[in-house]
Amino acid sequence: MAEQARLIDIYIMGRHVQVPEGLTILTALEYSGYRLVRGCGCRAGFCGACATIYNFKNDPQLRHDLACQKAVEPDMCLVQIPYFPALKAIYNLEKMKADGEKLKALYPDIVKCFGCNTCTKTCPQELEVMWFMTDALRGDIRAVADRSFDCLMCGLCAARCPQGLAPYYVALLARRLYGRYLTPVSEHLEKRIKEVESGRFDAEIKELKKTGGQELRRRYAERDVESALEQSWE
Amino acid sequence: MYPAYLEESIHIVEDTRVRRLIESIPRLNELEKADLLQQFHPDYIKSSMRRLLVGVNKGDATPVELADLLEGNSRIDPEKIDPSRPDYNVDVLVIGCGGAGASAALLAHEQGARVLVTTKLRLGDANTVGAQAGTQAADRPNDSPAIHYLDTMGGGHFDNIPELVEVLVKDAPSAIRWLEKLGVNWDKDKDGSMHELSGGGTSRRRLHSARDYTGLEAMRVLRDELKNKKIDYIEFVPAVELILDDRGQIAGAILLNLETEELIIVRARAVILATGGIGRLHIQGFPTTNHYGATADGLVLAYRAGAELIFIDTMQYHPTGAIYPLQILGQLVTEKVRTLGAQLTNLNGEQFVMPLEPRDVVASAIIRECRERGLGLRTPHGEVGVWLDSPMIDIMRGEGTIARELPAMVRQYRRYNIDITREPILVYPTLHYQNGGIKIDTEGATNVPGLYAAGECTGGVHGRNRLIGNSTLDLFVFGRRAGRAAALYAREVKRGSPTLEHVRRWQQELEKAGLARERPLSPRLLPDYTRRGHSHARQEI
Repeated sequence: MAEQARLIDIYIMGRHVQVPEGLTILTALEYSGYRLVRGCGCRAGFCGACATIYNFKNDPQLRHDLACQKAVEPDMCLVQIPYFPALKAIYNLEKMKADGEKLKALYPDIVKCFGCNTCTKTCPQELEVMWFMTDALRGDIRAVADRSFDCLMCGLCAARCPQGLAPYYVALLARRLYGRYLTPVSEHLEKRIKEVESGRFDAEIKELKKTGGQELRRRYAERDVESALEQSWE
Repeated sequence: MYPAYLEESIHIVEDTRVRRLIESIPRLNELEKADLLQQFHPDYIKSSMRRLLVGVNKGDATPVELADLLEGNSRIDPEKIDPSRPDYNVDVLVIGCGGAGASAALLAHEQGARVLVTTKLRLGDANTVGAQAGTQAADRPNDSPAIHYLDTMGGGHFDNIPELVEVLVKDAPSAIRWLEKLGVNWDKDKDGSMHELSGGGTSRRRLHSARDYTGLEAMRVLRDELKNKKIDYIEFVPAVELILDDRGQIAGAILLNLETEELIIVRARAVILATGGIGRLHIQGFPTTNHYGATADGLVLAYRAGAELIFIDTMQYHPTGAIYPLQILGQLVTEKVRTLGAQLTNLNGEQFVMPLEPRDVVASAIIRECRERGLGLRTPHGEVGVWLDSPMIDIMRGEGTIARELPAMVRQYRRYNIDITREPILVYPTLHYQNGGIKIDTEGATNVPGLYAAGECTGGVHGRNRLIGNSTLDLFVFGRRAGRAAALYAREVKRGSPTLEHVRRWQQELEKAGLARERPLSPRLLPDYTRRGHSHARQEI
């Protein structure tokens, strides 16, 4: 039998409500009657739409998280944060060079970072935001790309940065430069694209398309299956 | 943290690891598969479906939750709206902005079309961002598009539309490269070769991933590129009806501003539906991996405008949805966990299915293990499921593999004090994907002139069961094709005068069938998870 969940006290924009223990911030809002339009997206911790700020009744320290992932706790005070825009540079990736100085050129304000580390403390993904901003200042595109990889672009770092920086946009630029220019070309991919374009597989696929019913099923059942475990796994 | 009684079961699972390291469970043959699906797959529960009474697909069976919306009442009154007085006038209107919509918008823009993107939530708040495992493309030397074709047909039970599958597998390598040129960071080895993994039902290692944030990585790049290209977009504005013209061609759409409740009229030469999935209809009461807006809106709009749907009686239940802790009930535990070597076990620590069978087969085997054999585990909240033994990955591939390959999963469970590198995960199937949808040709065109569709809202590519890594691929391949084709169509089309006559006719048909009073308004737009509907009187304000 399912256990009856204990009710806990929380505060939604100042109003006292009781909700069952075990809900997330998002489902607690819904339980309390809020039908969300903004502030709710994938509901699974990937889109960043439900980035939220909260504190506790007797502890004014602001805390940050994703409403769809964070479980409610007794005496939590919830607000819904309004949307506000951050500055994004407009650029043509196709015509750029993967030069470390590009980050500073497109986001000149990053030199204003004074290392307060608020961004890192704010990140619901627990990324080292201040460190990748330092990497960006040094022009180390690869390091920014790697350290920021799990960024959801929820915007909390920009919301709390006292200098008005938008680390998530700087990081995105670095990752795009890295993916486009700094990883070696995949030879087997290029080769396959040329083969497809030259029609190399057309006859074989045409033949498969014509093959129906039992024969196609037989070929499927008898096809050789490569081992899932790579031999070359490090 | 697991409660003590589950910790005890984990010890049993640990004890069987040495045995399972060398054990291999044979693949099921076609007869065994068919039998398993018949008995345990939710699609085969006849009472969950009913036949449509009006529209192009009259007589076809579909889940009752979808049937009610397809046969729903329009949200607009055609007498009160003049479709010839638009607020926007564009060449191509893209409805929905996940991976397919964004790809379509970029390609239509590239062709010189004036593009408007409208989306119900924010740009990119779509199922795309939840796609963790990867994107298929047959580009390794021992692989070929023909093998990818065969895998895809077999996974879909040979019901897929062959022409669509051909395009999917042949366009795949260039779609991967297109994304890389836009700056997507694919997992690569030092020499630049793609780091690829197997998946359920794939006979080659062909999944291209970006750690376990594959869909997110593609989406954040595509969204950024839309902004760099200055393509117009409006957020929190879903479409509520399509507009046709007196020649029976598409002429635009009526949109709804969710906050101000204003209707917005868009005149467009071509419309691309990229509205995504259906999970938030909670077919058969299943929890879902889908995003908040996944309510099958595109199917409803298309159906009312006369577009044909296909395979609307088949849904994909992802085998491994989280059932513990409660906070993440129904959320995705990526197939990449099994791809890397995790096995499924019952309460005795025994395997009961080869973990990389196609999804419908694995899901059915889990349901059998829990419902028929009674060998599942019950959570404190009453959910029943089986173990997904994630620590096997590090045992087989070396310490640190899980942390490197599955950062999102590690993070998600760590929040609840569960370390998936040391402890297994409790799972049960969850509603994941609609296999069917709007019928399209290889250019994404529907049977309504000027109406295109791409991505999860379409049907035919995946037959009756989609393979891992073929949905993100579908987004990019058919999104791009639809975008290009719609832009070219928009250049040539001779426009008629816009009309909502089809909405009037639809309401008359509903009346005639005696359904108008019984059916809800549709499209659904958003689910309602508040309790107020049940317990409080409500005042509209």
